[in-house]
Amino acid sequence: MISELIRCLGAAHVLTAPEDIIPYGFDGTAALSGTARAVVFPGSTAEVAEVLRIAGRHRVPVVARGSGTGLSGGSVPVPSSLVVCLLRLNRILALDQANLTLLAEAGVVTQRIYEAANAAGLFYPPDPGSMKISTIGGNVAENAGGLRGLKYGVTRNYVMGLEVVLADGTVCTLGNQCVKDVAGYSLKDLFIGSEGTLGLITRVLLRLVPQPESRRTLLATYAATEDAAETVSAIIAARIIPCTLEFLDQKTLRCVEDFAHVGLPVEAAALLLIEVDGHPAATEEEAHRIEELCRGHRAQTVRRAATPEEGAALAAARRSAFSALARLRPTTILEDATVPRSAVAAMVRFIEATGRKHCLEIGTFGHFGDGNLHPTFLTDERDQAEMARVEEAMKEIFAHALSLGGTITGEHGVGLAKKQFLRAQLGEGSYQLMRQVKRTLDPAGLLNPGKIFDPGDAP
Amino acid sequence: MKAAEANALTGLDYSTLQQCMHCGMCLPTCPTYVETGRERNSPRGRIALMRAIADGDLAVTKGFGEEMYYCLGCLACATACPAGVNYPELFEAARFAVEEERVLADPGRDLVRWATLRVLFAHPRLLRATGRLLWVWQASGLEALSRRLGLTRLLPRRLRALEPQAPRIAARFSDQLIARYEAPAAPRYRVAVLTGCVQDLAFPEVNRATVDVLLANGCAVVTPRTQQCCGSLHAHNGDQATARELARRLIDAVDPRQFDAIITNAGGCGSHLMHYDQLLAEDDAYAARAAEWSRKLRDIHVWLVEIGFRRPRGRPDQPTIATYHESCHLVHGQKVSREPREILRAVPGLELRECAEASWCCGSAGIYNITQPATAAWLQERKLGHLRNTGAQVVATANPGCQAQIANGFRQHGAATVVRHPVVLLAAAYRAERGMGSSP
Repeated sequence: MISELIRCLGAAHVLTAPEDIIPYGFDGTAALSGTARAVVFPGSTAEVAEVLRIAGRHRVPVVARGSGTGLSGGSVPVPSSLVVCLLRLNRILALDQANLTLLAEAGVVTQRIYEAANAAGLFYPPDPGSMKISTIGGNVAENAGGLRGLKYGVTRNYVMGLEVVLADGTVCTLGNQCVKDVAGYSLKDLFIGSEGTLGLITRVLLRLVPQPESRRTLLATYAATEDAAETVSAIIAARIIPCTLEFLDQKTLRCVEDFAHVGLPVEAAALLLIEVDGHPAATEEEAHRIEELCRGHRAQTVRRAATPEEGAALAAARRSAFSALARLRPTTILEDATVPRSAVAAMVRFIEATGRKHCLEIGTFGHFGDGNLHPTFLTDERDQAEMARVEEAMKEIFAHALSLGGTITGEHGVGLAKKQFLRAQLGEGSYQLMRQVKRTLDPAGLLNPGKIFDPGDAP
Repeated sequence: MKAAEANALTGLDYSTLQQCMHCGMCLPTCPTYVETGRERNSPRGRIALMRAIADGDLAVTKGFGEEMYYCLGCLACATACPAGVNYPELFEAARFAVEEERVLADPGRDLVRWATLRVLFAHPRLLRATGRLLWVWQASGLEALSRRLGLTRLLPRRLRALEPQAPRIAARFSDQLIARYEAPAAPRYRVAVLTGCVQDLAFPEVNRATVDVLLANGCAVVTPRTQQCCGSLHAHNGDQATARELARRLIDAVDPRQFDAIITNAGGCGSHLMHYDQLLAEDDAYAARAAEWSRKLRDIHVWLVEIGFRRPRGRPDQPTIATYHESCHLVHGQKVSREPREILRAVPGLELRECAEASWCCGSAGIYNITQPATAAWLQERKLGHLRNTGAQVVATANPGCQAQIANGFRQHGAATVVRHPVVLLAAAYRAERGMGSSP
């Protein structure tokens, strides 16, 4: 198989030496790794198709990869698999100002898409924490969220079309530039969030929106988490939809400050980072009302970023939260249990109690406005007893999230990390429907097998 | 986990390796990853290899050795890393393991390493004698003659490519420009100045200017004679034993107990000098003095800002446009970034314009432009492009390697842009002040 791949791609784009492939053994997920047989870098959709045909002939599993920043193990190699790294597909092909769309190859880094839109006075809102290096193909495959989900939604809400390569090498174009299109099933939606299990995404057609004219960033600190949670409910009840409504507990904000030095108040028990955007008069009015609501709910301090640069620095610091928490302990396990936003306060209370019960260190931050929390276990994978308690606590947290009408993963995907909890959330009917879809599109079970569900799972 | 063979990586505290949670935040800041797009050429990829060795899943191989020397050691990743991974420690341990296992050994490389690390840069008098010979060669016209006659073609290919990159050696070294003790009328502080080795041979005017600005700010200055290399070259290239020996000798020559501060003006040296406490932590005879050394070691810019340096007066008619290139080991190694700019902004008539990728490596990286000429040249061109875009007439930078690399680049392009250390610009501003006073 290797010689066929070399013939197809050239020797420079086929890696097999241990020193070359060990660094592809993981993504951004803690404590998960695997070893690939080879790592290949196709340079075009046609080459991706040919690679899939070669792998299919040799019955070798294929794992798609962009920059390898995923947080559920989606691009961790299956043993003896072929890792197909799409970073050479790195061109922005078109920015259509008349239709407000952008067409990019899968390996384009999300930050570049944001900047290209920005340069044209347009806006691509999804902003996962990894956007400086994660690729748009990976964002679509995981249906990545970000800080602006509350007002702007997630990656799915911006995908108008996809080019995908199926397991047998067939190339399909799904969707188009039309705002309205009901011709048949919406197949592109099947591939958004499919985690490389149904096909390989090679091109993405994105919807852009006009740039908001102004932004206001606020920082409110609290002596109690409860007060922060009540402020969030009050803001939503006042019919204000901020673009960003982020929560950091004390542990998280101290780590972030330690790294970013943006002047976060390290004595506060909880902090809200709030951003409103839109017409200058509207943002001014909303910022003012939010300030009042914060004070009315026992905020200790309420501060407004003086300049757009300061606001951007605060948001950038928040994006580093997950990695910054790694300062405290050797292993950092990030979860993204998500609940309807009315249940956020209850969920945070439950996470704190669970941490105490199992004697575990948990840092919690997240997108309070959309109910997407990131309880983060700070532990040491060499300590088996503690890892067993982490496992137990995680199960309890997921079960509680489900009992509140939530989900086991809001934006990171199932991958390897959460597949044991999926069945409980979906229920038998929709779980089997998903497996049926998988079997139909990937009958030989070669596309990222073992992700989302186990291949040998009883029907 | 298999039993790994004992080496510098298996001997590390494992949690130093675990600290990397491979989130990928380092990737866009790593020049070698940006060049190749390959994980092994990235910080987290290199750490993955180190961890594989510590786990016993990979031996210290030639491929691993080559990778560790492909890394620039610019430490941009250490600034970008939210998790606070101690990359400098991992990197030095990895290169040490590579040298211990001798996976890159070949007679030519061994000879060059021995001649530079163990002979030339371990013996200050020999280094200066060599510098003197090189100066005779460059200044007497022999160099120009040999280039005209095409004699440089007789050199091996790699040396020939490097020959124009050799730093221009100065006519007089620091000891001839600076007295052992110089003091202003009523000194407020007593400091020692470290003159370095490359700085001393190629840019002794930086050392002179360092003393001048210290004198102008109330510091009595001791400059010990014939100083030797601080050992940074050795520590960054896997020769820990010589690095420790050189640190002990420098502490003997400059007793930290006698000074309020020990001043360094070279980014690369400073980032090694500040860690003498860690380097000699297990040396009973030196640990206490090394700890005091690290407490008192100051980069010149930091010291000047700390003591509230005096802003020079004057307002030249024609402003000069300047930009600042950050030495990797000053910005990423020592986290010093604000102070040099503060000094540049204080120089009358200097307009500071920021440059894109100011904190990216210029490709000099110690001896990297000798060991990896292709990547070094790519980085040099990238850097020159960004510097040119600012329209600057003066590029300020605070490390001799960067100064030579950027100046050589401009010279090869026939550009008139000059490269200066910030304290050279500050010292000139103080001198211009005196000139104004005497000619009313």
